Order: sequence, then structure tokens, then C-alpha cells
Amino acid sequence: MDDLQVKDGVDAETVEQVKALSGTYKYGWDTEIEMEYAPKGLSEDIVRLISSKNDEPQWMLDWRLAAYRRWLELKEPDWAMVDYPEIDFQDQYYYARPASMVEKPKSLDEVDPKLLETYNKLGIPLKEQALLAGVEAPEDERKVAVDAVFDSVSVGTTFQAELKKAGVIFCSISEAIKNHPELVQKYLGTVVPASDNYYATLNSAVFSDGSFVYIPPGVRCPMELSTYFRINAENTGQFERTLIIADKESYVSYLEGCTAPQRDVAQLHAAVVELVLLDDAEIKYSTVQNWFPGDENGKGGIYNFVTKRADCRGARSKVMWTQVETGSAVTWKYPSCILRGDDSQGEFYSIAIANNHQQADTGTKMIHLGKNTKSRIVSKGISAGVAQNTYRGQVTMHPRAKESRNYTQCDSLLIGDKCGAHTVPYIEVKNNSSRVEHEATTSKVDDDQLFYCRSRGMDEEEAVALVVNGFCKEVLQALPMEFAMEAQQLVAISLEGSVG
Amino acid sequence: MKMFTPKTTVKSKAKMDVTHSLMAHFPAPDGTDWLSKARADATARVNAMGLPIARDEYWKYTDPAPMNATDPMFSGPSAASDVFTGADAVTITLIDGVVQGDLPKVDGLEIALLSDAAQADIHWVQDTFGVLEAASQGNVERPYAALNTAIATQGVFINVTGEVKTPVRLVYGSDGGQCNLHHVVKLAAGASATLLEEGTMAARSTSVTEVVVEDAATFDHLRLMMDVADRQTVTHIFSRLGEESTFRSFTLTSEGALTRNEAVIDINGDNATAHIAGACLGDGDFHHDDTVFVTHDAVDCESRQVFKKVLRNGATGVFQGKILVKPGAQKTDGYQISQSLLLDDDSQFLAKPELEIYADDVACSHGSTSGAIDEDALFYLRSRGVPYGTAVDLLTLSFLAEAIEEIADDRLAEIVLAHLEETLSARR
Repeated sequence: MDDLQVKDGVDAETVEQVKALSGTYKYGWDTEIEMEYAPKGLSEDIVRLISSKNDEPQWMLDWRLAAYRRWLELKEPDWAMVDYPEIDFQDQYYYARPASMVEKPKSLDEVDPKLLETYNKLGIPLKEQALLAGVEAPEDERKVAVDAVFDSVSVGTTFQAELKKAGVIFCSISEAIKNHPELVQKYLGTVVPASDNYYATLNSAVFSDGSFVYIPPGVRCPMELSTYFRINAENTGQFERTLIIADKESYVSYLEGCTAPQRDVAQLHAAVVELVLLDDAEIKYSTVQNWFPGDENGKGGIYNFVTKRADCRGARSKVMWTQVETGSAVTWKYPSCILRGDDSQGEFYSIAIANNHQQADTGTKMIHLGKNTKSRIVSKGISAGVAQNTYRGQVTMHPRAKESRNYTQCDSLLIGDKCGAHTVPYIEVKNNSSRVEHEATTSKVDDDQLFYCRSRGMDEEEAVALVVNGFCKEVLQALPMEFAMEAQQLVAISLEGSVG
Repeated sequence: MKMFTPKTTVKSKAKMDVTHSLMAHFPAPDGTDWLSKARADATARVNAMGLPIARDEYWKYTDPAPMNATDPMFSGPSAASDVFTGADAVTITLIDGVVQGDLPKVDGLEIALLSDAAQADIHWVQDTFGVLEAASQGNVERPYAALNTAIATQGVFINVTGEVKTPVRLVYGSDGGQCNLHHVVKLAAGASATLLEEGTMAARSTSVTEVVVEDAATFDHLRLMMDVADRQTVTHIFSRLGEESTFRSFTLTSEGALTRNEAVIDINGDNATAHIAGACLGDGDFHHDDTVFVTHDAVDCESRQVFKKVLRNGATGVFQGKILVKPGAQKTDGYQISQSLLLDDDSQFLAKPELEIYADDVACSHGSTSGAIDEDALFYLRSRGVPYGTAVDLLTLSFLAEAIEEIADDRLAEIVLAHLEETLSARR
């Protein structure tokens, strides 16, 4: 790329952009940092150790141990259309933290500069520069508060003071357990019970950190909240737990991003996200998942087994899941909505891109329990290389969910004749005043559209990226602006090497 | 390239207990003739797979327990059905699986019975009987089909060598017993034939129909399942399609406490066409399950699945449809629609329409909808003076129309439509 020939009329910015987009996995470097590990493997002692490292109260330890004992009885689910070698759960580190974090820093200034550098490299400003300089950010510049999680621990949360003014609690879950035990005890595990499924149960036993958000009644969170997850250490599983509570008439937009270094050995990631919505509350949850997908030959990568669920407990509450899934060697993820409150709404917008040897089995569940509930599912799956991409979803209209509506659209795009695209929806309608519509299509990238782009001087990869971006437009538009830009570039990067 | 190997069902103790207690009534035959061997092989398949139980994924929406019960169920008699009387067909009547009278003779057709097969030298049936069923057990387990191969006592074998205009009609009636029928239809290259089936086979029954459609041959199948409300049946149609061949099957179901109709279609020849359609009118204690599995393993082929269900008074409709496009099956046109019209709040519709696609140059789509009758349309008809019941029937018919249009022969379509109208008005 260094000897890039610059043609006349191509401005420097374009050249920069192309440079930025090239290279296979942009976030593949790792940070050489002194780590403190718990011994390899999983046992009750490890669970106790994780709990004590976080100075947890007894009830939390009991909860973890109950989950661990339940996990021993469960079997790994095998129904998803993904194939991977058996995971040795004893050959993993369940706890790793940067050595400099043993004594929790009081402020971001005390955080190991190497850590901050890592996040800077990722383009995530952890320093509250504006605040430190004593200047308020200009009105039109949107502020984003960030909680950064490095392997097993949260390294810092920005803008805490400003959020506190609004009454919003945004901190790591380990701090929440210490400082807001009443909230954590009341809501933790009520959306995704500790015994929910194999990976969620494992997470319940060993989760080390994650984010906690509480938005008090009537508060519109003054800025977007964001968590950035990074797996750095080798052979380390990351098990984060996120709990967001939107009290009555509150609103929050939450962003989540993830990356990991390039490694030959597959790494495990099993997260749980619980959203609780009371009357008239609204949560927008956006994810750009860009874990290391493994190399072109399918070596390494993250195994991503995630349980995400929103419980619309209150009437007229609204949740919106938006996900851009471009990373991970294996994705097993079904962000769901339980529409319990009358007139509640659930939305799911998803782009899942699988290239090379990636396998994605992802979708959503919309469980309509309340009257006049509405849900919409828009899923775009793109397969390239020898990847497999499956949409798996469930829409259930319970007998008492009268006058409810669902609309589902899932489209799959195939690039090349060696990949697979699959659709497995479950539709259960148990009353007649509800309407359910489901449609799905599978096709390849349109030759005419490609030809049109090529005839305008684009190379094949650019043309495919453009067509694919058009195919995903509905979902990209659902993302917050900063994320939409990043996601568009990701779509292009993820498909590199898929044509020609 | 890699395709997913479906997970085999868990052979739980409960499953194997159910299997052993039913299979104890049907010891494997030990004869040396080809049929005894085919049956012994099928018995082994059943014992290896185990019978379906409620926890199996493939039986997620239909409880197979009544089919596994060891004490036979009896219900009221059902007279031989007579809807296709005017279809100029040759007729074979079976009461509880027992053939009544002599077999008809038609040019271009060779007809034989399973009950004579062990003695007679019917070599053309040997490479098909139980063979298509056994071949289908790879992607999903279908134990009742294997059970049928093992224990079926009767069946009609039809060898079609030319273009036969006269339909062959199988009329079923029942005195309330049980039966298991296993039919085989073979169509030689360029041949064509129509098979009509109507009536209730027995109080509890299974049937398997294996259809080999050679190159450029055409097979049409029409089936009416009605008469006895509390009957239980599981049917399978297996078909293998050659180049430029056509397979069309349509089923209308209006009665039955348990109906599971499986169609397993393997498209092996280029430019072949398969249309599978079904309409059902469910009322009260009615559970109807259409399970379709179409495999595309050739280029330039078309498949259509059109299933419409009208349900009321607590009836349940199930649709499990799958289009599997194998690597290399380019230019596939696959279409699948499943819709239900719920006439009241007690009825339910459960669907799992699946696509599994390993080729890129394809156009596959599926749609599934469920809802109540369109109030605006109903109001429009009422405001034009159409009485409520007639208006609902009209809207029901228009809802079912897309499925009925799949019947290629206009005369037969008219007979089906007239029967449908009669059934609707009788229920009003």
C-alpha cells in the first residue's frame, strides 16, 4: 500500500481512507502489558477467587456458586448451524487483569499509560479531555461516556461526574455490586436467569466485570453511553455482564464495541446483557462486534456465545437492538425482546457478515405477551468465502397478546459459490387478532448493479462493498451516526478478499 | 464444500421404551424373499432411530403420542368416498387397507399389489420399495416411514410406461380399524400419469408413497382427506425427479384429529419442476401438520410450496417447510409460502419455514403470514347484501385460491372446488 499510485484528481483524503481500510484485521495487534492471571481452569475455587478479587459480598458469591453448580449439570447446546472443535473449558483463564489494576486507580490519570494507549489506538478517547481542560464541549458535539473493559476488568469510566448530575449511574458492574447492591440484587438475573442456558450460566458463575447503567425515572440520559471490550491476554475467556435498567419514562442510547488481538488459538467470549424497561422507558442498544474472526484459513478467532435479552416490563416501553456482526470465528447470539407490558415495542436490526471461515448463527426472539405489542425484525445476512451464515429467529404471539403485530424481513446475500446462507424462523401465532408477517429472500450480488459500478471505474471490491452497503442500508440507518460511519467501513473491510 | 450434517435425535430412554413396546407387536420377518429382506431392513432402521416423541425437534409442533400407542384406536365407520366419481378414472377401493374387487386394466399401466409382491416376480418395484424411504433418512429421521415399510400390509404398485390420460383413483373407506399402506409409482422416461386419492384409510393409519419420475415424465397427485373427525394419520410421499420432469401434488384436508403429511422431494435432474400444495379447513379437534423437505441437487430447477390453512374452534395448523439447495445447484428458483387464516381466537398456527442454501446463483424466498379475516373486505361484502356466512365463505375461498390454482388439470380443479364449497356450506 505504501507504493500506492496516486492518480490525478484523487485527493489526499481518499488516499488516506483507502490506506485506512486496507490490511486484513486492523485491530490485530496486542498490548504488551503485565498481566495477573488466576490459575487456568474452572472450579469452585476459581469462582470464589473471582468473587474475592472483586471484594464481593456473600450474596454475590452464593449466586455465582449456585450458577456454577447448575452449569456442571448442563450440556453445551448443539442445535446451531456452527461447527467448531470441542472447547476445553479447563484450558482457559477465567480471570486476567492488568497488573497495574491490582490497586484500583483513583482516576484515569493513574491508569497505566499503555492501557490508555491501547484504547487510543482503537480510536476510543478515554481521557475526558474537554472536562480536564475545563472547557465545556461545544453544543453540537455529542459527548459519549465510555466504560472500557480490558480482559476481565473495567479500566475506567469517563464522564462519571457529569452523569451523576443527571442522576444516571454508569459504572462497572463490580463497582455497582459494591455501591448499589440494592439495584443489582433487585434486577441481576431477572431477565436472563442464572440457569438460562449453558453459556449464560457459565457467565453467571465467572463474570468478572461489565457495565452497569441505571437511568432514574423521567431522565433522558444526557449523552450516549458506551462500553468498549477488548480481549488482550492469550487463552483468556472474556465473560462480561451488562445490566441496564431504564426506570419509568427514561431514555438511554447505549453503544458497545469489541475487538481482540490476532491469535492462532481460538478464544472464548460468553457475555450476558440484561435490559430492564419500566413504564414508558426506552433503550437503544447498538453493537458493533468486531472480535478477531480468525485468519483466511480459519485459524484462531473468537468464539462468541452471547445471551442478550430485554424485558419490556412496563407498558409502552420500547427497546431497539441494532447489531453489526462482522467479527468472531463463531457467533451464537440472539438478542431478544420479551414484550410483557401492554403497548410495548421491540425492534431488531441486524447485519451479519461472515467471510472466509467465519460461522454466524444469529437472530432474535420476539415474545409477545402484552396486548397491542409490536415488533419488527430486519436482518441482513452476507456470506462470502467459505463462510456459513444463519438467521434463526422466533416470533410468538401468546393467546393474551391481542391485537399485536410483527413484521419480519430477512434477506441473505451470497458472494461466491462456496458459502452458505440459511434461514430458520419459528413462528407461533396463538390468537387471531394479531398479525404476523414473515418474508425472507436469498440471492447473490446483482450482476447489473456490479456492472454499473464497474463501468463507473470502481474496482470489483469497491463495487461489491458499495452494493452490500446498499443492501444493508435499512440497518445502517438505525445506528447512531458515529457507529454508522464505522459500520460502513467495517462492511467493506470484512468483505476484503471475497471477490476475484 | 462443507454442508452441515444435521444432528441426530437424542436416543433417550423414553424414546427407546416407546419404540420397543410398539415394535414388540411387529417382529422382523425372517423370510428369504426380497420383500421380507426389505421389511427386516426397515425394522432395523426403526429400532436404530427410535420412534418420534414429543421432545424431538422435528416433532416440535405435533405430538406423535397417538401414533405410538400400543392399544389400537377404533372409531366410527366411514363409507368409501365419492368426490372424484366424475373424473373418468379407474378405481381401486380399499376398506381398512383391504382391496375390494379386481384390479382395473389400463393401456400403458401395469398395476400390482403389495400383498402379491412376495410371490409374483415384480422386478420393477424391487429397486424402489423402501429404497427412497431409506435414502431419505440421511438428512432428517423419518421413523414412521421406515415403520410403514416394515409393517405395511397392502399397497398399490403402478408402473407407467406411456402417456396415460385416465387417472388412477384410490378410494379409501374404513370400518374403524387400522392400516398401513405402501404405494409405489414409477414413471418411465416421457411417461405421464395422475393419481387421485380420497377418503379415510382407517381410524389410525400410516401411508408411504414412493414416486420415481424419470426424465421428462410428469406426475400429478391429488388427495382429499376428509370424513372421519377423530382419525389419525401420518403420510409420507417420497419422490426422486429426473431431468425435465414434473411433479405436482395437492392435498385438501378437512377432517382429522391428527394429520401429518410429509413430502420429501429430491430434485436430481436439471430443469425439473416440483410443486407441492395444500389447503386445509380445520374445525374443532383438528391438528394438521404439513412437513415438506425439498432438496435441489441439479441446475435450473424450480420448486414451489404453497400451503394455506383456515382454522377455527381451536384447530391447530402446522407448517414445516424446507428448501435445501446443495452446492452446485445453480439457477434454482425456490418459492415457499405458508399462510393461515384464523377465524377465531382459539385456533393457532405454528410455522417453521426454513432455507438452507449452498449455491449463490439462486433466487429463493419464503413468506409466512397469519391473521384474522379482513374486516374491510367482510364489511364490503356485507354492505353489498351478502349474508355474513356466505361472505366469510367467499373470503375463505379467495384465501385458499392460490393453493387450488396449483392443480394443473382444470376439470379436476373444478371438482375440488365444488367439494370445497360444499364442505364450507355444510359447516356454516
